[in-house]
Amino acid sequence: MLARTAASLYWIGRYVERAEFTSRLLEATIRFDALSSRPAGEAAWDSALAVAAADQGFDATGAARTPANVSRYLTLDPANPGSIRACLDAARSNSKSVRTALSRDAWEAINRAWLGIRQATSGGNYATLALVETLRAEARGFEGALHRMLRNEAYFFLGLGAAIERADNTARLIDVKYHLLLPAGEEVGGAVDRDQWTTILHTVSANTAYRWLYRDQPKPWRVADLLILRREMPRSLLASADEVVGLLTALAKLRGLQGEADRAARTRQATLANSTINAIFAGGLHEWLGCYIVENARIDQLVSTQFRFA
Amino acid sequence: MRLNILHRTSYAYSQPQARLMQLLRMTPSSHIGQHVVDWRIDIDRDARLRYRRDGFGNETAMLYVEGPVDRITLTVAGEVLTEDTAGIVQAANEPLPPLVYLRATPLTEHDDAIATFARDVAGSGADGGSPLDRAHALNRAIGQQMRFDTGTMNVERSAAAAFGAGHGVCQDMAHVFIAGARVLGLPARYVSGHLFRRDGASDQPAAHAWAEAHVDGIGWIGFDPANAICPDDAYVRVAVGLDYREAAPVSGARTGGGVETLDVGVRVGLSQSQSQG
Amino acid sequence: MPRSGAFDEIWGASGSREGRAEFQHLADWIRDTDTAEFDRRQAAAEAAFRQLGITFAVYGQEEAAERIIPFDIVPRVFTAPEWEQLSTGLVQRVEAINAFLDDLYGAQRILKDGIVPAELVLANPQFRPLLMGARPPHGIYAHICGIDLVRTGPTDFFVLEDNARTPSGVSYMLENREAMLRLCPELFQVYDVLPVDTYPDRLRETLQSVSPRSDHPVCVLLTPGHFNSAFYEHSFLADSMGIELVEAADLEVDDDIVWMRTIDGRVRVDVVYRRIDDDYLDPLFFRPDSMLGVPGLLAAYLAGNVTLVNAPGTGIADDKAIYSYMPEIVRYYSGGDAKLPNVETYRCREPQALQYTLDNLDQLVVKLVDGSGGYGMLVGPTASRAEIEAFRAALIAEPHRYIAQPTLALSTVPTLVKDGIAPRHVDFRPFCLSGADGVSIVPGGLTRVALKEGSLVVNSSQGGGTKDSLILAPARQTIDPDGMHQTLGTMSQTMGRGMKPMQSMGRR
Repeated sequence: MLARTAASLYWIGRYVERAEFTSRLLEATIRFDALSSRPAGEAAWDSALAVAAADQGFDATGAARTPANVSRYLTLDPANPGSIRACLDAARSNSKSVRTALSRDAWEAINRAWLGIRQATSGGNYATLALVETLRAEARGFEGALHRMLRNEAYFFLGLGAAIERADNTARLIDVKYHLLLPAGEEVGGAVDRDQWTTILHTVSANTAYRWLYRDQPKPWRVADLLILRREMPRSLLASADEVVGLLTALAKLRGLQGEADRAARTRQATLANSTINAIFAGGLHEWLGCYIVENARIDQLVSTQFRFA
Repeated sequence: MRLNILHRTSYAYSQPQARLMQLLRMTPSSHIGQHVVDWRIDIDRDARLRYRRDGFGNETAMLYVEGPVDRITLTVAGEVLTEDTAGIVQAANEPLPPLVYLRATPLTEHDDAIATFARDVAGSGADGGSPLDRAHALNRAIGQQMRFDTGTMNVERSAAAAFGAGHGVCQDMAHVFIAGARVLGLPARYVSGHLFRRDGASDQPAAHAWAEAHVDGIGWIGFDPANAICPDDAYVRVAVGLDYREAAPVSGARTGGGVETLDVGVRVGLSQSQSQG
Repeated sequence: MPRSGAFDEIWGASGSREGRAEFQHLADWIRDTDTAEFDRRQAAAEAAFRQLGITFAVYGQEEAAERIIPFDIVPRVFTAPEWEQLSTGLVQRVEAINAFLDDLYGAQRILKDGIVPAELVLANPQFRPLLMGARPPHGIYAHICGIDLVRTGPTDFFVLEDNARTPSGVSYMLENREAMLRLCPELFQVYDVLPVDTYPDRLRETLQSVSPRSDHPVCVLLTPGHFNSAFYEHSFLADSMGIELVEAADLEVDDDIVWMRTIDGRVRVDVVYRRIDDDYLDPLFFRPDSMLGVPGLLAAYLAGNVTLVNAPGTGIADDKAIYSYMPEIVRYYSGGDAKLPNVETYRCREPQALQYTLDNLDQLVVKLVDGSGGYGMLVGPTASRAEIEAFRAALIAEPHRYIAQPTLALSTVPTLVKDGIAPRHVDFRPFCLSGADGVSIVPGGLTRVALKEGSLVVNSSQGGGTKDSLILAPARQTIDPDGMHQTLGTMSQTMGRGMKPMQSMGRR
């Protein structure tokens, strides 16, 4: 496989995952905003910008931090390289240049999502929710198309990009809300607090999963445990780490070669699997997540080098 | 004359290059009036050279260098025996009919100013005169019309731009001659090579360039508008082409970004002094 | 109205609604099918094309950045004898084109013998002096030729233009057939149509046959990238041939050898089917500002380590000034008269021809010798006064840049238009492959149709559409399972596909 093709597939995986994550984040934020009284509701939008690593970019536009402005910036603004529109533009552009490596279904799903966002105009929360709903449907279509693809190199690179992106997104989501997760203070169990956890779980579609696993109200350390260490939870950090190892192993098997990326991914997986949530909290959750994000970026670099993306 | 030539080209890069590739047209061929006694290309690092003759008859070499490389020096050195043939080039390797050299290229396309100039100059010589007379007239007139000026070295400057500016280096004047000669219906081409300076200036900052025009019944004749003469035994022809681009000593491509700095030194001297010393 | 007296390929004379003898059934089909039904099928085809992304970009039109070429549901049909006439003429012409190129970059006998004026070739920018003496494997330069044909009567075919650089449009031939098989299966039950879907395999075999190395040659398709107007075709062809679709950045040249970068390191490349113009192919040898090219690619070509398809420098063979000499060129190399005639052509570089052209501008088609895609062209009879005067000035200023041709009464084919089915003018571009084993032509091609009433300009950039082009199998004898001999005409039911799909003819 051409190195450029592999790189494009990997980035399609990342961009589609990012677009989907951002749309979930928006949905959850709108929900939280609606449930909360000011100023907690407004703070939710600041937090959304932080999770999407878009706060500096947004401030550079000079616009006021109103829900409508933030929402537009995250969905449609072409100036925001992480906006849903920009991600889908990039995903589609990459898909077009490697059309032959994608199945027709996968191409059509991306093309449809792109056509959809091109026609979208900014509106109120209702319009944003409708857009988010459409995008999630397209994302599901894309995932479905991936599942029907041949389990060949193209499939593995797409999955690898998605898994690396997902790890990054989940880690940043937890990090931004980490102070809320700290098991301290009299507000634990309060209404705002509960809504925050619910929002987080909503963002990663884990409300039901949480209740199945813990049969309890959202408790901060349990939410952290779910999002970091539970293998059963597809968006958890450990599940992403498992996935990265699995995909790299599949590639190594096909090519008869493995390298630094394989070793780093396996080390991460083993370390994570042997961690406990208490130990992580003891060392400081924020510090731990910071290291994790850096390590994830390093694995991304090792993948680029190992498969000669540049 | 027995001329000793040393032509050194050094490149330095602001950041290491992953790969370098250069097309070199640095090797002269023998013909009447020019006998290459000895010639070699030295590269100051591991490199691969692939030699072949191009469609114009030039001896070329493709140079491939694996990085990382932050500087490289090419040195060509050799000895050439020359005789004065009054600019006439005979028995050179000529794979192409002269008519090819009537076509314009972006660097040698004439504009109205050059066309008018060429016709005026050619007409003034005894009402048109022979094609040879017209070429001579053109050669002389360019030196009068344009000031020689090394300060404006720009390898991608067109004949029209240089003529409009009214000054330039030998390359610009060669381009103007070529454009003008083609206006007059004479096939003309670009020559890159070396010049032995009788004034003792053996060290030069660049190789030389001039032009050749094809006159029926005689053949290719050299014209050096920068010196307003026809080449004699002080000249060594290295490569020809429709313009600079096709006869330049080096065309290169590199992978690695950053900025390139070029340093060229040419020394053309008489051989005796070296063999005695 | 179509031009008076235009020959209609299905109905015979225009204005008639009765089919020519061979096409009675097709004429009935056209008459009996409801226009709404045609509309529905055509819309279905176009929706499918859009979904597949069979789009092209129109330069300078930001909004229409991705448009589909209109597809017409009514096919065009050639009988077996018509195709036989065309294909033998095409083989002769394509062989002559390759012999001409081999000669020009070699001994230049044809110039020395004065058949073609030397100046016309040597001073032409499409002739690449740098490539003198570089002979590609088997002396084949134009491996893929698209020859544009027009028709004025039952047996009157003319070559309008040769395309010997990187002719495009073959994906439409293939996709249009897929659409027709899906949407009008009833036609294929009545007519025994030769298949076109062998084209990708034949193309791959052609590429492999001209490789400089014989063991498992690696072929790639080099595209300028997905912003190019023909990108869909590039990816479609690479995919259906099973070869890599590469961009310049995927290739590197080292030690005069072309390599492609893969995730496992570099792999040697033997044949590059390039869809990039000569000028942009290699910044080291041609345009230095090219970002699309591969530095050193020409060095590998000159060293004989890679075959470029088509070879660089083939543009000289399809230059419109050279075109006017094609009958002489064909005779010079084949020893016989051209089986496919040229359209009569006035070379405006010649004073008499120029005068004639200037006197008859309102009757002639005037073309830039180096123009393409319907740009730089005057169609006298439909042009405005101002357009004619603009061309007159241009002709007087630079006569050598123009040729002129009589306005032909191009044939028409019934076409679905707003108010039903009406005749529209067409041309035809078959694709001829030249490899080590000779010339082969897939029985089909691209039919372009001028959708505007009376228009003779079929280019997609000028509002043209496409049609499927059906080539009927010859009447033949087959042995059925019971051992009974039966003669199957082109009108009868298909009974098995016994025909060799391609016409393969040896090179001289």
